[in-house]
Amino acid sequence: MSRRLVTGNAAAAWGARLARVDYVPAFPITPQTEIIEALSSWIEAGSLDARLVLLESEHSMLTAAGAAAATGVRVFTATSSQGLLHAMEMLFTLPGWRVPFVLVNVSRGLASPLTLEPDHTDVLAARDSGFLQIHCATSQEVLDSVLLAYRWGEDPRVRLPVIVNLDGFHLSFTREPVMIPESEAVDGFLPAFDPGAVRFRASHPVSQAVAVLGGGPYSYFRYETHLAAEGALGAYDEAAAAFAHACARSWPAVDAYRCEDAEVAFFLIGSLATRARDAVDRLREAGMRVGLVRPRLLRPYPAAAIARALQGVAAVAVIDQNLSMGMGGVLHTELASALYGQDGAPRTLASFIGGLGGRSVALEEFREMARVALAAAREGRTPPRRLLYTAQELRELRKLQAIAHDERSSLAGESAS
Amino acid sequence: MSTSETQFRRMSDLPSTHLLGGGTAMCAGCGGLQALQLIYDVLGEKTVLVNAAGCMTLLSTYPFTPFRGSWLYTAMASAPAGAQGVRDALDVLLAKGRMEAEDDLRVVVLAGDGSSAGMGLSATSAAIDRGLDFLYVCYDNEGYANTGQQPSATTPHGARTATDVGAAGARGWKKDLFALWVANRPTYVASASGAEPLDLARKVEKAARLRGPRLLLVHAPCPTGWGFEPSEMPEIGHLAVATGAWPLKEWERTTNRVVHTKVRRPRLPVEEYLRRQDRFRHLFEPARNETLLAEIQAGIDAYWDAAG
Repeated sequence: MSRRLVTGNAAAAWGARLARVDYVPAFPITPQTEIIEALSSWIEAGSLDARLVLLESEHSMLTAAGAAAATGVRVFTATSSQGLLHAMEMLFTLPGWRVPFVLVNVSRGLASPLTLEPDHTDVLAARDSGFLQIHCATSQEVLDSVLLAYRWGEDPRVRLPVIVNLDGFHLSFTREPVMIPESEAVDGFLPAFDPGAVRFRASHPVSQAVAVLGGGPYSYFRYETHLAAEGALGAYDEAAAAFAHACARSWPAVDAYRCEDAEVAFFLIGSLATRARDAVDRLREAGMRVGLVRPRLLRPYPAAAIARALQGVAAVAVIDQNLSMGMGGVLHTELASALYGQDGAPRTLASFIGGLGGRSVALEEFREMARVALAAAREGRTPPRRLLYTAQELRELRKLQAIAHDERSSLAGESAS
Repeated sequence: MSTSETQFRRMSDLPSTHLLGGGTAMCAGCGGLQALQLIYDVLGEKTVLVNAAGCMTLLSTYPFTPFRGSWLYTAMASAPAGAQGVRDALDVLLAKGRMEAEDDLRVVVLAGDGSSAGMGLSATSAAIDRGLDFLYVCYDNEGYANTGQQPSATTPHGARTATDVGAAGARGWKKDLFALWVANRPTYVASASGAEPLDLARKVEKAARLRGPRLLLVHAPCPTGWGFEPSEMPEIGHLAVATGAWPLKEWERTTNRVVHTKVRRPRLPVEEYLRRQDRFRHLFEPARNETLLAEIQAGIDAYWDAAG
């Protein structure tokens, strides 16, 4: 095992390299591109025996990924944001083929307005696709999760593609110390891909992805995929235990931090959770009993593990780095749905939208969210949803608008004179 | 093509029994299916058909398939990318010694004109750019036939469609998919028709022998979309060739020449072809639309004048 300083993107590429992927259909998009460039250079140098093909769109890239996996090779691919949405038809198509492979998504906010910086509205748009989802907070977690994702998705009881998600910029371009496992340890954990009967061979003709007529056969196959995804929770725990044994790092489905005696807990995913973790420590020093619950899996949804982690917590401050227009945060909605009617569930789930398009969340905001959630729980109510935005941010935006307005006025004045 | 290169010298050389099973959901008298029968016979079952959304998608409907070989349905826009994934995976398996050479497959895209000349054109062009080793079979029924014959990029000028119901019919001119492919510099491009089986069989045979991107663009007279009796399908196919409306030709990168493989002289007036189809009835009833008829004939004459 060697320790290196690598970016989140490089960690993803290392995961693919150690998994000995055979095939990498690719398409460039910021902030993901570094991943495919790293893989390409390793293939050229001979340190990775794989074929990388640059497609003309993410829609084609995902089609090629699924088709190659259906032919029986181990496939890795990566995208981001608009690219993920461009591929969305295939994202919903491929899980039904029951072809396991790994798609790394480097989260980035969606247009409009156009941005390069991160939030999770992109990956949550794939929520109902049938892809399993692992959400990472650190570069180490990215590398390890790619390896876990192959073993998990290729499990004969699962056989589904997996999205491994990391945040653009905050994680993709940030160097962190990462332990790179030895190939031998990885090979022991992750055997070669066995495609089973799902592969194209002259001696073994198959018809894949055919049409059905009527709701009966359609429902049958949709239910099968759903049941495989739901059952994948157990398979995940087994894979995570095997990984801990092989590489001595533990990645449970739900990461709970200082929750044992917590009155209030933050609930969020992704790299913002590292700031939340820091906030938990600082607020604890100030005497607040605060914890943090970070689901690593969103599909399948680890409802029981989340409920266990929140047992005894009075209030949850759910921080959604996504926005479902006209409804609010996806994590909040799903958490409410998972906890409703459960014994011992927290009294109050307070909803906060924050961190959109790379906007940071300050320590004072964490403190305020914890305070608001706890106060509401003590009063037996649920506070209204809050969209995090400071007076200072609004002043700066107004200033920009005023400058642009003045420029336009002065240009109009010049052309009139 | 010289006859010495082909096993198909006369009609009796064509297969007498078909590899493709019957009882599918295709319409009676489907010209595309007629062509596919022969294409599949010549290609053989060591084939994986990668399909784009269209009429032929219903050939394989769970749990039945008429194909002895393999099949993969993808989506409307990306069948060539599916072919890329399958071909690349087979090559990787061969290179790494994880598959026997006898298990290799011919990768064939099967798509209609709607996908081929519209939504799938970007994926097709890019597959040619990459030099993908695949055969692309486009059955051209000149519209979105599966959904009731709305106009596609290959709908002929003046044809009535489900959304062009006025006296002028469709206003656009048929997109030249053959020329688009040639401009993209693949290995081989051919147009053919199920109504000319010997010519079709030779082209499939040649395409199967070559490597790289190859197109087989086949005429697919459509009884339901064009408005004629299913039993008239072969005759409609013949008339398209005899009037010069559907030229039979091929192009190879090595020679860089378009060769017409079957030329009817003199050509029949295009009216002979048009008047047999409901989609052109408005050109004859209630009164003859001489302007539009002349425009269509002039388009065909101009093509053949330029062809020399």
